[in-house]
Amino acid sequence: MSLKQLSRRFGVLAGGGLLMSSSSAWAELGLNMTRGVTSISREAYDLHMLILWICVLIGVAVFGVMFYSMYHHRKSRGAVPAQFHESTTVEIVWTVVPMLILIGMAIPATRALIAMEDTSNADMTITVTGYQWKWKYDYLDEDISFFSTSSTPRAQILNDAEKGEHYLLEVDNPVVVPVGKKIRFLTTAADVIHAWWVPDLGWKRDAIPGFINESWATIEEPGIYRGQCAELCGKDHGFMPVVVVAKTEEDYQAWVSDQKASAGAAAASADREWTLAELMSKGESVYGTACAACHQPSGEGMGDMFPALKGSPVTTAGPVEEHIATVLKGRTGTAMAAFAAQLDDVDLAAVVTYTRNAWGNDTGQLVQPTQIKSLR
Amino acid sequence: MSRQLHGRVVSRLALFTVAMFGFGFALVPLYDVICDVTGLNGRTADEPADQETYVIDESRAVTVEFVALENGYADWEFRPAVTRMTVVPGKAYHTTFFARNRKTEAKVAQAVPSVAPGRAARHFNKTECFCFTRQEFQPGEGRDMPLVFVLDPRLPSDVSTVTLSYTFFELQDTPVAVNNGVQKSGGEGV
Amino acid sequence: MSTDAIAHDDHHDEPAKGLMRWVTTTNHKDIGTLYLLFSLLMFFVGGAMALVIRAELFQPGLQLVDPHFFNQMTTMHALVMIFGAVMPAFVGLANWLIPMMIGAPDMALPRLNNWSFWIMPFAFTLLLATLFMDGGAPASGWTIYPPLSLQTGDAFPFLIFAIHFMGISSVMGSINIIATILNMRAPGMSLMKMPLFVWTWLITAYLLIAVMPVLAGAVTMLLTDKFFATSFFNAAGGGDPVMFQHIFWFFGHPEVYILILPAFGIISQIIPTFSRKPLFGYASMVYATASIAFLSFIVWAHHMFTVGMPLAGELFFMYATSLIAVPTGVKVFNWVATMWKGAITFETPMLFALAFVVLFTIGGFSGLMLAMAPADFQYHDTYFVVAHFHYVLVPGAIFAIMAAVYYWLPKWTGHMIDESLGRKHFWLSVIGVNILFFPQHFLGLAGMPRRIPDYALQFAEFNALSSIGAFIFGLSQLMFLWIVIKTIRGGQQASDQVWEGAKGLEWTLPSPPPYHTFETAPEIK
Repeated sequence: MSLKQLSRRFGVLAGGGLLMSSSSAWAELGLNMTRGVTSISREAYDLHMLILWICVLIGVAVFGVMFYSMYHHRKSRGAVPAQFHESTTVEIVWTVVPMLILIGMAIPATRALIAMEDTSNADMTITVTGYQWKWKYDYLDEDISFFSTSSTPRAQILNDAEKGEHYLLEVDNPVVVPVGKKIRFLTTAADVIHAWWVPDLGWKRDAIPGFINESWATIEEPGIYRGQCAELCGKDHGFMPVVVVAKTEEDYQAWVSDQKASAGAAAASADREWTLAELMSKGESVYGTACAACHQPSGEGMGDMFPALKGSPVTTAGPVEEHIATVLKGRTGTAMAAFAAQLDDVDLAAVVTYTRNAWGNDTGQLVQPTQIKSLR
Repeated sequence: MSRQLHGRVVSRLALFTVAMFGFGFALVPLYDVICDVTGLNGRTADEPADQETYVIDESRAVTVEFVALENGYADWEFRPAVTRMTVVPGKAYHTTFFARNRKTEAKVAQAVPSVAPGRAARHFNKTECFCFTRQEFQPGEGRDMPLVFVLDPRLPSDVSTVTLSYTFFELQDTPVAVNNGVQKSGGEGV
Repeated sequence: MSTDAIAHDDHHDEPAKGLMRWVTTTNHKDIGTLYLLFSLLMFFVGGAMALVIRAELFQPGLQLVDPHFFNQMTTMHALVMIFGAVMPAFVGLANWLIPMMIGAPDMALPRLNNWSFWIMPFAFTLLLATLFMDGGAPASGWTIYPPLSLQTGDAFPFLIFAIHFMGISSVMGSINIIATILNMRAPGMSLMKMPLFVWTWLITAYLLIAVMPVLAGAVTMLLTDKFFATSFFNAAGGGDPVMFQHIFWFFGHPEVYILILPAFGIISQIIPTFSRKPLFGYASMVYATASIAFLSFIVWAHHMFTVGMPLAGELFFMYATSLIAVPTGVKVFNWVATMWKGAITFETPMLFALAFVVLFTIGGFSGLMLAMAPADFQYHDTYFVVAHFHYVLVPGAIFAIMAAVYYWLPKWTGHMIDESLGRKHFWLSVIGVNILFFPQHFLGLAGMPRRIPDYALQFAEFNALSSIGAFIFGLSQLMFLWIVIKTIRGGQQASDQVWEGAKGLEWTLPSPPPYHTFETAPEIK
């Protein structure tokens, strides 16, 4: 964000402070909890506002008395100190009254909590698995399963490019759900504890390795809802966003059949022979999303941490099997991650072929999806 | 005056300190007991349940969902034979999970069960389960693993769907190895 | 009562000269000074880390540090501030003040006292050294949840041992404080005549002894899980990572009150002095403190509402937690009632105490909001939580410590503080701290998770504002350092009573008090 942008946004802030009526400025700044798009998120919002106002009222009363006393009972005004130091009546009153207020707060809170924990009679189930640092979604009834990774370009994070509108809140594959259906989310994790959170849904839930947790949401309006991992999960905790796309029932069904069609096509294509040209063109796009952030589009890498692939022994002279193994399993003790789960056989074959032939690495070697399959 | 007085206070407090250190450890079995009673963490028993005869209510149907998960990355192929079953509480059902070792070395794994909602966990009785023992796999070996279970009819009546998940943990000499390199290497970027 | 026997047995009449005085000292005043100086040092170390965090968060994008180092900073900032700054400051105040307040010649166990202090620099050398190790310092948050904390590099065993040493130091210090309070009160100083600072510390010391060993047990289990193949928290071996959270917060919530109860005590000393009126509701203050301590043992799981507890558990912890508002409210009402119809003056200690009452109460309000489980599903692990606990810890605990230093420093040094500098420091601090933490409420409500090094664009304004506040607050603390140094070196001679309305045994002693005080027990009327 440029300084100019920042100062403009501060202008909004100052303006908003002066004109309480300027509701759009407040909305843009995000001052308050979202009302969200589920009954749960509204319950949370209403409870939040109720308690906030109770606290404000108590605060005004207590601080009011305190400031009155600070002003009127100053020594400089000639106040002479009284010497009272207890009053059983007063003390009983200010113990009992807060108790009653608490009971008044507990009633709506209990009602909301019971509604939130009722996961019965769901229409569909989605398993959400947290990984360092991405999410995986499995649709229990549809045989759909995919990873969802941050798609914010690294250049934006490092301030080398203008930041996009949804900076850090955008993914390659959002989780798509129908509106008006009760969706049960089962959260779990594959390595450390994460937490899946979309504010518009009204809750977050920890994803714990070895355990499943259930929560639910019935989204009322189609739209794109964004959130983030909310439990510290290591280095890139801040870079694992959640994006939920809620569609109408018809659009959702269309998406489902689309997913199945492309999954079927992928399975078929993994078994056939691919040409070098096909692999290179596919490989370039896979490289762009999976590798270029660190190894750079030019293949020249960045510093010692992210070695160059251009002219590297691994991608040129070295054995293909070792190259494939590195991509599949990652390299311990380095920044190189394992891509076995994230990329399918065709993607992997294409990207290995691409890196062995791009930027003057012209080995002429080509890797078939079947070869990847056998090395998994 | 007070040597003796201090001695008494100090020895009592020291004893209390030691007791609280012990209490920290005592929380471990205590937690297990609380989990068993309340279904706090959704964990089911790790040994076969006793065969019991139940009064069966044929009209009640509960959906059981099966979920297979892997701890870590793509070393295993692991999936349930069916994702969903409609069962009558009190009757025994048989199903299988399939697992295959994708690696070129032999591996040992432990399946860890978890039930949602947690309060259904203590009513999910398994008379036979691959999760009771460690599972050894030769390189590339795949096989079906059996599960026989009965839902206790005492399952709370408002529970209509129960999910049983298994997470496949690979057993190694060192207990924690998942992604171990990531933090050790420290300074790398995003 | 023959205090002479102890006096001659355990310490010399005059302090030794040079460095060895401080290494070998068993004098409660010396050890109190050591604790306070150590705490001040750690306050600046932890503060520097906080400024690294706020500088990185000034704008979106990664500017200064990489995410792994950012996580090390958040983790170390918390550990250093909690165990290195706030707790030792309270222990230092206890050392200086408890014997003088109850008319005792020294702490009950002077040699133990020396050890409990000198363990601390050792523990913190271990902890801070991890910054230079392979894999860096611990980066899993101060809560060290497994499995993430088990991914820590070489630092891991050092972290665990540092925590063990801090625990041993705290427990030894607490045993000493309890023995002193129970056995060494001057004749006539019944429990219900003790100053509230002594009362709050007595209860805090019991809390410490009850929970520090539990933390020690929990981190020991982590250690064996990592190095000796046990499975306390490893699901594969039949363990449960969530169990660590339960054990940790069984320690952690009472720990929160360990960080605030002595502050309640301090405020309960200062407000009556400058209102020139006795504390309102002394007995109810004592009972409120005790009930807060009791409740602290049965509310821990409100830190974990999102782990997936059964409904009954969530309800129980929600109700128990909101109950804490009652005794805490009683305290606030009592302070206000103390001021009511007093003759109030606004010297620096009073200013800090008044800011404490207002700002701590704001932190208490957000605490009450967090207690409501359905809303907590939104608040949890966001900047709303960060704002909440910083409100109770910075303008709460730390303002109380500063108020205490300004209040008793003339007694300790014999010199009045520079009142005009003190007021400037107060106003900079109180403005800075609100610019720093108030916007964080909005950030959390708008959806910004905590412990992230970079954030979406809609959070930019409030983060920039918060960072500006951080630098105002952080840099104005250099003024505090300067005022302390200046007061130690000289200044207007303080009278015995120092403040017009001050009451209590410590104000009957000369300023500064002689090296040994109350070798003959005073008479309590």
